[in-house]
Amino acid sequence: MAGVHVSTTINGDATEFVCHPAETLLDVLRDRLGLTGSKEGCGTGDCGACSVTVDGQLVCSCLVLGAEVSGATVDTIEGMAVGNKLHPLQERFIEHAALQCGVCTPGFLVAGKALLDRNPNPTEEEIRYALAGNLCRCTGYDKIVTAVSAAAKDVRKQQNRKKR
Amino acid sequence: MRYEAPTTSKEAATLMANAKGKAFVLAGGTDLLVRLKSGAIDPDLIVDIKRIEATQSISRTANGFRIGAAVSGAAMGNHSALTKAWPGVVEATNLIGSDQIQGRCTMAGNMCNASPAADSVPALVAASAKVAIVGPNGRRSVAAENVATGPGKTSLAKGEFVEAITLPKRAPRSADAYLRFIPRTEMDIAVVSAGINLTISAAGVITKARVALGAVAATVLLVPKAARAIIGTKLDDKALAKLAAACEAACKPINDMRGTIEFRTDVAGVLGRRAAKIAYQRAGGK
Repeated sequence: MAGVHVSTTINGDATEFVCHPAETLLDVLRDRLGLTGSKEGCGTGDCGACSVTVDGQLVCSCLVLGAEVSGATVDTIEGMAVGNKLHPLQERFIEHAALQCGVCTPGFLVAGKALLDRNPNPTEEEIRYALAGNLCRCTGYDKIVTAVSAAAKDVRKQQNRKKR
Repeated sequence: MRYEAPTTSKEAATLMANAKGKAFVLAGGTDLLVRLKSGAIDPDLIVDIKRIEATQSISRTANGFRIGAAVSGAAMGNHSALTKAWPGVVEATNLIGSDQIQGRCTMAGNMCNASPAADSVPALVAASAKVAIVGPNGRRSVAAENVATGPGKTSLAKGEFVEAITLPKRAPRSADAYLRFIPRTEMDIAVVSAGINLTISAAGVITKARVALGAVAATVLLVPKAARAIIGTKLDDKALAKLAAACEAACKPINDMRGTIEFRTDVAGVLGRRAAKIAYQRAGGK
């Protein structure tokens, strides 16, 4: 194989890897870099379990080639907690039992964070639309929406504290 | 397979033209990677056009807007001047897939994938959009309705790719709208769709109109008869009925799991009427 050499930043760390030209970012993350938090559900961009952000933009990492992220900034679920401090979304998902098997959870959290970063005060409808690209086959969506809504409140409180 | 990410359009066209075996253009990748992984395509070369400056941005020119072929749906939705001038084109593009897909999908890709149900295409056809195509022999400009020639087929020659899509300058009191029918609230493929673009006079009379229908034929249809039905009117009930009848008459749909011929034909008229009302209102008509 003619490998592609890629330099990128993943969760704040300068990272280099060599991948096959047809290899997806998801496969690179999981199989080359050991970042197995992003999951492969469908592999066709329908389920959102592989959600990450590339240069701040929410994408399905199964629909991105590893070679494409040269020079980009990638953020995955592994970068969401700061040390041992969970993100409000993670705390609220636990509190509201917004997961069962957990395979879809990293994707929901990454997509949820992308929503709250641009809109910390979403309506229920906005939450449901923002998470329409993430599928859950066990818990059901109500608990997830409740958890995101509760986390949004936490995020707004944090922002208000910072303003003062 | 080889992956190349050239920084100029000329380089990209040369790579594509000189490729031995099958070469594919990669913009957002939301169709290409699915086909790649399913084994539907087996490329020898993928040319990523996102590193080419001319494909990356939305710019306002003396002649309207120029939208680079690698501009994502999300980027279009975030562009307030574009959304204000062309709400129909932007809403059509923003209907494609989830937020994750919006982060990557492009109008150029939607057009070159050549699905009769492509959401952005009826809006682009109604908008009189022009497609800037670059190839080994230089550049050419093609009307949006002349890119797809059938399901999965385009008029692009070997080595050619779309660099940008341009939308014409807006006359005062102009607006567009796009509607599609799907059996759910989102994340689905259009069963029928309609894009309408129109201009009205100060008195509210429609002076110019273009009507395009999606998913009712092998390619998106431009329906001049439907446009003529409303030009010269204030979109009264009689004009709307004539518009709907012209839309229905233009349909050449198929029966499939998503809709029957009868259903698609009927809904084409309904959506044409509704989209016209929205566009008329947006243009300032009462």
